[in-house]
Amino acid sequence: MILYCHCAFAKVVPPEAKQAVLAQLAASGAEFEAVPDLCEMSARRDPRLGELAASGELRIAACYPRAVRGLFEAAGHRLADSAQIFNMRATAPEQLAAELTAGSA
Amino acid sequence: MSKLATPQVRTVLYEGPGSAPLDGEERARLLAALLDKGFAVTSLREARELTVRTLDVLMIAGRFTGPAPAFHGTAPVHFCEIGGRDAAAVADAAEALRTEVGAARAGAWKPWFPVIDYRRCTNCMQCLSFCLFDVYGVSAAGKIEVRSQDNCKTECPACSRVCPEVAIMFPKYRHGPINGDQVSQDDIRREVMKVDISALLGGDVYGLLRDRTAKAKSRFSKERDDDRALKERQNCLAKLQKEMDIPMEVIASLPSPDEIRVKAEQAAQRARDARAASEAL
Ligand code: SF4
Ligand code: SF4
Repeated sequence: MILYCHCAFAKVVPPEAKQAVLAQLAASGAEFEAVPDLCEMSARRDPRLGELAASGELRIAACYPRAVRGLFEAAGHRLADSAQIFNMRATAPEQLAAELTAGSA
Repeated sequence: MSKLATPQVRTVLYEGPGSAPLDGEERARLLAALLDKGFAVTSLREARELTVRTLDVLMIAGRFTGPAPAFHGTAPVHFCEIGGRDAAAVADAAEALRTEVGAARAGAWKPWFPVIDYRRCTNCMQCLSFCLFDVYGVSAAGKIEVRSQDNCKTECPACSRVCPEVAIMFPKYRHGPINGDQVSQDDIRREVMKVDISALLGGDVYGLLRDRTAKAKSRFSKERDDDRALKERQNCLAKLQKEMDIPMEVIASLPSPDEIRVKAEQAAQRARDARAASEAL
């Protein structure tokens, strides 16, 4: 499963990174969850986070892994160590897009 | 009521049996339009049960070719035919549904709040003692937790600076390690040397605030000199603002000196109680 965070309410993720990841996600044909703001979901303790955390091979495109793990934990759901987190604030867009959807389709 | 307890409209892009798939570009445009307006999108290739908060509403969008697929779950379901509509029109339909069900407006609250890295946190409760806005609480197991995220003051990362373990993150902050970037040895050294903010400011932060605002107040009342009182307040707060990166609006919205004293005492007491309770466990 792929989880994409759009970080819609702040300007911390470069728009090129978001565009590249979204385009790749849309073209991949994989099922995914795209959320406007993972921080807000965590604050709401959205039960969908639990479902995602339990969904096995989870790949997340958001920001710093320490923050993303903390957000899941704050909502009461621990991310498995195997969850892969791709940092859109600090990784080249092309690299991100390719790695996020590699092997899923 | 908490800003977070309002219903949300969650959208599903359904491309399973009974619905014609979109091409990649259409899908990307639709995704961007919905996300920009603050709607979550679940992409599904088959109908199945979805976990949704009972107060939320599902909008299932698809290019339906047959009878609507059956979705099981607890939330009310609305179907949205997207054939013949562009991405903006679908986002408008979601927006209309949001208005109809009284769901939260996107971006009404900028999600800004502390997130604890429990791998670093030692449960010292300094953050609980420090925060005047009741953002922190203690769990039944005696563990510090962020309880009222929406009480936090947007753009204010001050409590992360009082954490001796660099365990408090604000994911939307500009710089590391507060934004969640790795904590380096330098960061730890800085914490140790700390600018123990208190020391830097010559005592307890709230004490300083209290004294300075009280001084400013008394001068104001004696001399009835608006500008001077304001300048005094601004001068002393500017240092606090600079060292802790606290936005001026937050400082301006601090409670009165008396309220600060009461709140700071209450918070410190809560922290002492929580420490005592967790030691007794
Ligand atoms: S998790 Fe990171 S990318 Fe997502 S909304 Fe929060 S700060 Fe932005
Ligand atoms: S100040 Fe830091 S270490 Fe202490 S309880 Fe708060 S988060 Fe944990």
